[in-house]
Parts: sequence; structure tokens; C-alpha cells
Amino acid sequence: MTDATTSSLPSATPVSGKGSLMQQDSRTRKRNAAETRFKAYGITAITIGMLMLLVLVYNIVSRGTGAFQQTFVTLEVALPAEKLDKNGTRNLDDIKKVSTFGYAPLLRDAFEAKIAEKNIETELSGKEMAGILSAGAAAQLRDFVLADPTVIGSTVAFEFLASSRVDGYLKSRVSRDSIANDKNISAEQLDFVDQLIASGDVEKRFNLAFITGADSSDARPEAAGMGVSMMGSFFMMLVVLVLALPIGVAASIYLEEFAPKNWLTDVIEVNISNLAAVPSIVFGILGLAVFINYMHLPTSAPLVGGLVLTLMTLPTIIISTRASLKAVPPSIRDAALGVGASKMQSVFHHVLPLAAPGILTGTIIGLAQALGETAPLLLIGMVGFIASNPPDSIASGLLDPNSAMPAQIYEWAKRADPAFYERAWGGIIILLLFLVTMNTIAVILRRRFERRW
Amino acid sequence: MALGLTGYVVLAIILLTVAAFFMARSRAKSTAGGDIRLLHSLPNYYGYNAAMFAAVPAFGVLMIWLLAQPMIIENSVFKLIPERIVSEGSSRGLVMSDVRRVAEGLDIAVARGALTDDEAGSMRADADDVRSILGGVGVALGSDVEPEVLQAAQQYRSKSETGTFWMSTTVVTLALLGAALAIFVTNADFRARNTVERGALTLLILAASLAILTTVGIVLSMLFESINFFRLHPWTDFFFGGSWAPNFRGDSDLSILPLLWGTLYISVIALLVAVPIGLFAAIYLSEYAGPKTRSTAKPLLEILAGIPTIVYGLFALLTVGPALVSIFGRGDNGLLGVDWMSGATAVLTAGLVMGIMLIPFVSSLSDDIINAVPQSMRDGSFGLGATHSETIRQVVLPAALPGIVGAVLLAASRAIGETMIVVLGAGAIAKFSLNPLEAMTTITTRIVSQLTGDTDFASPETLVAFALGLTLFVLTLGLNVLALYIVRKYREQYE
Repeated sequence: MTDATTSSLPSATPVSGKGSLMQQDSRTRKRNAAETRFKAYGITAITIGMLMLLVLVYNIVSRGTGAFQQTFVTLEVALPAEKLDKNGTRNLDDIKKVSTFGYAPLLRDAFEAKIAEKNIETELSGKEMAGILSAGAAAQLRDFVLADPTVIGSTVAFEFLASSRVDGYLKSRVSRDSIANDKNISAEQLDFVDQLIASGDVEKRFNLAFITGADSSDARPEAAGMGVSMMGSFFMMLVVLVLALPIGVAASIYLEEFAPKNWLTDVIEVNISNLAAVPSIVFGILGLAVFINYMHLPTSAPLVGGLVLTLMTLPTIIISTRASLKAVPPSIRDAALGVGASKMQSVFHHVLPLAAPGILTGTIIGLAQALGETAPLLLIGMVGFIASNPPDSIASGLLDPNSAMPAQIYEWAKRADPAFYERAWGGIIILLLFLVTMNTIAVILRRRFERRW
Repeated sequence: MALGLTGYVVLAIILLTVAAFFMARSRAKSTAGGDIRLLHSLPNYYGYNAAMFAAVPAFGVLMIWLLAQPMIIENSVFKLIPERIVSEGSSRGLVMSDVRRVAEGLDIAVARGALTDDEAGSMRADADDVRSILGGVGVALGSDVEPEVLQAAQQYRSKSETGTFWMSTTVVTLALLGAALAIFVTNADFRARNTVERGALTLLILAASLAILTTVGIVLSMLFESINFFRLHPWTDFFFGGSWAPNFRGDSDLSILPLLWGTLYISVIALLVAVPIGLFAAIYLSEYAGPKTRSTAKPLLEILAGIPTIVYGLFALLTVGPALVSIFGRGDNGLLGVDWMSGATAVLTAGLVMGIMLIPFVSSLSDDIINAVPQSMRDGSFGLGATHSETIRQVVLPAALPGIVGAVLLAASRAIGETMIVVLGAGAIAKFSLNPLEAMTTITTRIVSQLTGDTDFASPETLVAFALGLTLFVLTLGLNVLALYIVRKYREQYE
């Protein structure tokens, strides 16, 4: 549509011979009312669309930001030698024999010491007081001791994660009414938490572990993080980039510059446009049948995920690459041919460099699409387990079972616990930040290098 | 072990390739007596030519070998497994995976030094405790190893070893031969550039054919497993049966009809949301909006299309679902005071959210199509005294109708194939019902649930997913082809 019509917006004018031209008859009024109505429908439609976007973004931000904060409990824990190292030899193997159960009493003692120091009155037992901590607190203590056995015998200040219920209480997700039937926490424990907040020993603050950490078991939502699945996504994107970019560019160069017009190239073209519209889950089935069942590549490996996403992204990259090759004017090719370059040289030395910014933009957009894809990952087994260790080398990053960001979000959404829901929304914020960054880079590249011929 | 050797082979080929490049280039220069003007091609082309001859055949054979060897070995080892140990309720495939696991365990044990190579080859299941040895190197086995399984595993290992050895020899020889041949033919008159360009063109064609290969792969992988499924399960029940009740102990009802009903119902609701909103948005943006509104509203709407579907899934499960329950459910505590809806997952939940997702899809496609209607048609209508909306309704839309139908069909194909929104938002109950407030399930949801977790490729309950996938593929492909045909035909009309 040109703007000319918009400015010369026609409206109905009376046509009947009777009466004044200035006086609108009923039919004209009706037609003009219909015009206004029609326009209002359009405005309503756009408003609804915008409103949905607003609701969605508001929802994500309001529910997800909580995940970046976590409640911590400060506690000075005495590490007595007679409990942790009975022989007094500081021999690591002896210390390892004390299991996490052996560390739990230390936490109780630390709480007893805390209430004595801060004059907190409570009827809770040591065990109930320790119940406000994450179930992983004793393990955290043990790991700390094993990492440096010389600390035995001293008193060390720790910051433990509070349990997800306490965390929810500080984020007003959990209230005294909502825990009436909850076995994991009692109203007295919440009173105790209130007293600790007053004394400054319980506080909510930014939690870096959510961004860098690993997923945790069902019982410890407070310890779950996105870090390891982020690595999984990173390695998948690496595979996609390494495979899809060269193959996609090569395929587009052939189709755009060399392919003769015959039935074979027709079939390829129709094929590519259809592949772009095949449901993503079908690519997952392909991955399961070919890469895992037939080739016996490891299940849940980012390599397999990357291969599946490569096949999915290829059509997108091919379509955008062809568009940017098409945008290079024929005069460039003719000039190259005119000074004696071969067809191949004219393409690789002149056309391809000029099309590069467009190809890059298309690739980034294709990668962003692949980054958010979930359905095929479910079928090749990237959900349903806890990816706890970050990969330590490129090979383990590609081959060891891992999750990916969207698969991790799905995993949390399935666990039916409000504390995990919060983390799922938080995960979405991280995922969307990645997507926004990638798309912004693509837009900037396009603006910066776009050439008008 | 095997991977290590393959790694060295790859490294060797790469080194040979680089060496061939420099040798051929210097040979070309020297045959021209140092004056590169006497060469047919630029010196680098001679290098590329030699590198191509060294690398391409070697890597090609390496890839084919790596793909084919496991299959051939597996087939020959397969015959070693006697009927006897293929016990009740298990299959040859399961025993074969045991064999593979034992063989892998032996490899690891040898690599860690827990066993010598000879010991691993001569172990007897009745004499040695294979399970505990393998357990010691971190390969846990479910049960004790049967003598036949161990024997098969040893065979598997020795054949893989021989295979890998011959593969390395063949591939490295090929690389050497290729490099030698290319260097031998290099002289000032050799048309190196033409050869290189022909090779490059072949690679380009191969890359372009990958698209076809993907489609063939999709169709074949699903077709084979679907055929297996129809061997185990009557096709009449799949296509015409009335219920979906998978039972992993066997004897399941696996009919696609209830799933198809759920899929179509949700898609129709999604289209009822997306088509009016998307279409009116497109009409407003292309016919009424000024350039400023257009350049802000259009990208904003398109953000909706860029949001990953998992986000919409979560939105359905945690926001839209509970909101609908508070309107239509909860009895007296609800907004309407009725109790029609019990859970957050329902057809309406999934349909509404999917509709939101499809708005930009419909609007940007329709926008393109409305813009393609020639201005002269609008001018003609205005000239006859029609108002703007009358022009749109009576001239522009009829002219754009085929294209809009194509856009709606494309959106429908998206809706049918959408997975995450329905997995999280639609529920898991397969039934025929007209009530949009009930949970219902779709084809994609069932594919996910049948194929996640432990899958046994010998049971119809797993294989049915492939038949479902194939149906889904055919359905969406049909809609796409139809839509593309309509859109293309319409475009030609005004060009």
C-alpha cells in the first residue's frame, strides 16, 4: 500500500439529488459508521496483540525475577575434631568416612549456639531449627571440610541456602495459611525465621548460583541452577554453527548461482521450502531413529541435539542466504567475468563477500530459533535426569549427557512445585535475554552493513 | 581405543593434505622454471588440487566405513546368539544391546589396565566373574553375563578391532595414493583450476542434496518403524478404532482418531483466535496505518512469533490455565460461580495460547498478500465512490482471498504440529468430547509421551509413535503443499 491512499482517505458523500450536499442522509451515515467500525476492528486487533505481548512479558518478568534472589542463612558452625576426625590424624580417608549424617548434628549445635548468642526464644528443637536450611546444607559442610581438612577444630561462618519453603516465605509465595498441611515446615519454624530476619541472620539477596549452577533433585529446588544446561545449549549451538553455516551457504550458492533449471533443482527447491514448515517434533523422531537407534550415538548428548537442530535450521539459513545472494546485483558478476575470472571465482571472490553480512544475519536468526527449540530435544532424551556436572572438555561437552536451556525449563515446569515454577520463569528470562541479544546483534549487523545498490 | 585410532587416522589425513598442498604448489612452480606466468592456473590451484585428491576420497571412505562397520559386525554377531538365551519377554535387540555393553566394558577394562588384551579375549563366563570385573571399571551390568553373550561380545570386539585396523590402512593408503597421483600429474600445462572447480561444484551439489536426504531420512525412518508397528498391531484399529489406551503389558488400544480429534479441536480454537485478530491487524497495518504506526506495531507483533514455544507452554500451564479455572471453575469461589473446569490443562487453555502464538504468523503473511494487490484496483474502487472499508471488503479482500486462505492453511499446519503448548497445556486424556473446558490430548503430545523415558523398539506402544509421526508429517506436508500452491498461483496472477 502506498501512503497516497492513506492521506486521501475517501468517505461516503451523499449522492441523492434531494436535500443539501452538506446534509448527510441515513444511508451515508450508515456507510460512514461502517467505515469507523471497520477501522475500530483493526485497531482492536492490534491492541489485543500488543496487550498479549505486554501480559506475556509482564508475567515472565514478575514471576521470574524472584529466581535470581535466594534466601541465605548465616551460621557459625563449629567443626570439632572429636566428631569429624576421631583419630586426630587429619588423614583424608578417615575424614571421608564421616557421612553427611555425621555433619547434621553440627548444624543443630550451630543453631543452639545462635539462639543463645542472639537471645532468641523458641520452643523448637535443634533438628526443627535445622529444618529451615536446605537439605543440601550438611553436604555443603562436608565438601568444605574435605576440600581443606585443616579447618577441623575451628569455627567457621557459613552461608547456607534456606529451604525452598523459607525462601518462598520471604518471597511471599508461602504464607502461614498455605502451609497448614505441609509436612516440610511449620508455623513455629516461620516464627523462628522471622526472629532470625530481625537479627539479620536470614536475608534474601542476589543468587549467582542460579545462573552458573547445576540442576538439583526434586527435593532441593533452592539449589537448582541453569549453568550446566547453558553449557549444553552452548555446545549444541556450536555444532549447529559448524555444520549448518557451511552446508547452508554451499547449498544456497549452488541453487542460486550454478543450478540449471531442471526437475532436480525444482525438487530441491520445493523440498527446502517444505522442510522449513515440517513440525519440529518430526525432526526429533528422525534424530531418535537415525542418530540414536541406528548410529548408536549417545543418548542425551549435545552432539545429537546439535545434529537434529542443524537439520532443522538448514532451511532457514538456506532461504536467507539465497535472499542475500540474490540481492547482489548482476553487474558485480558481469564485471568479474569480464576481467577474466571464472564463474567459480566470481562467486567466491566477489559475490560471497558482498552477501556475507546478510548471510551472517540469517545465520544468527536461525541460531536463535534453534536455541529456543524444545520438542525435538525431548525425544532424544535431554530431559528427565539431573545434569549435575559441567563438562570439563570439548569432547565431554559434546558427548556427555546434558540438558539444554529450554529442556531444563520444561523439566522444572513438570516438577509441579511452585519453587520450581519460579525457577522455570527465571530460566525463561535468561533464555529470552540470549534471544534478544542475538536478534539485536542481527539487526545491528543488518543496519551497519546493509548496502543499497 | 577405536576412537583413538580413528582420531589418529583423521590427523594423518589432515597432515597429508597440508603436505600435498605445499608439495604440489612448489612442484608446479618448479616445472614452470620459477616463472608463474607459464602456469595454466595460479600456483595455489595446484596445491588445492592435490589437497582435494588427498582428503576427499579418504574422508569419504572413512565416513562410509564408520557408518557401515557397526552394522556389518552386528549382523554377523547377531547370528551367534542362540534362541535359548533370548528369554521370554525380551528380544534379540535387547540381548544385542547387552552384548554391546559387555564389549564396551571390556574395552574400558583394557584401557584402564584392569585386563590385558589377551585376557579380555580369552575370558570365560563360567570361570571369571565378568560382572564384578566390569563393575570395577564403572560398567554396571544388570545381571550375570551368559557365556554366549560374553562370547558374542568378544567376537564383537575382535571384529571391530580388525575392521578398524583395515579401515585405517585403507584410508591412509587412499590419502597417500591421492596425494601422489595429484603431485605426479602436476606440471605447467595441467589445468588445475578446472579440476578444482569441478570438485568444488560437486561439493556444492552434495550440500544442496542434503535437503533431499533429510526428507528421505525423515520418511524412511518413520516408514520402517511404522511398518514394524503395523506388523504388531492391526492397522484397522489404528485408523478406525475408537479409543486410545496404551498398556505397556501389551494388548493396547492404539487408535489415532481420538488424538486427531483433540488436535483438530485445539487447532480450530487457535485459528478462531488467530485468524480474526491477525487478519484485522494486517488490514489495519497495510491499509490504514501511517508509516510510523506500521514501523512500530509490525515488529512488536512479530516479537510474538520469535518467542520460543516453551515460553507459551509455561504461559498456558501457569497463567492462562489457572485464570480460566478461576473464571469457569471452583464452584462458588469462581468468578461465574460455576464448576465446569477442574484442572488448568484444557482444550481452551491450549487453543487460546496457541492462537496468540499464531497471530503474527497470520498477520505478516496476510500483510504481504494484501500489499501485493495492485493499487490500480483500489483506485478504481475509490473512483466509483466506495469508502475505504467498502473497497477493502469488496475489492481488496476478494482479490487477496486465495492468498489469505493459503496463509490460514499454513497457520493450521503450524497449529497441528505444535508440541510444547499442548504438552504443557492440553492434558493427557484421549477422548471424543465437545467440551472445550476438558483436558484432551493431541498427536504430538502422545508422540512425546510414547518416546520419552525407556523405549523398547519391539513393542507396539513405542512404535505407534512413528506411525503417529508419519501421519502428522503427511498431514502437515499436505497442508503446506496446498497452501504454497495457492499462494504461488495467486502471486502469478498479479505479476
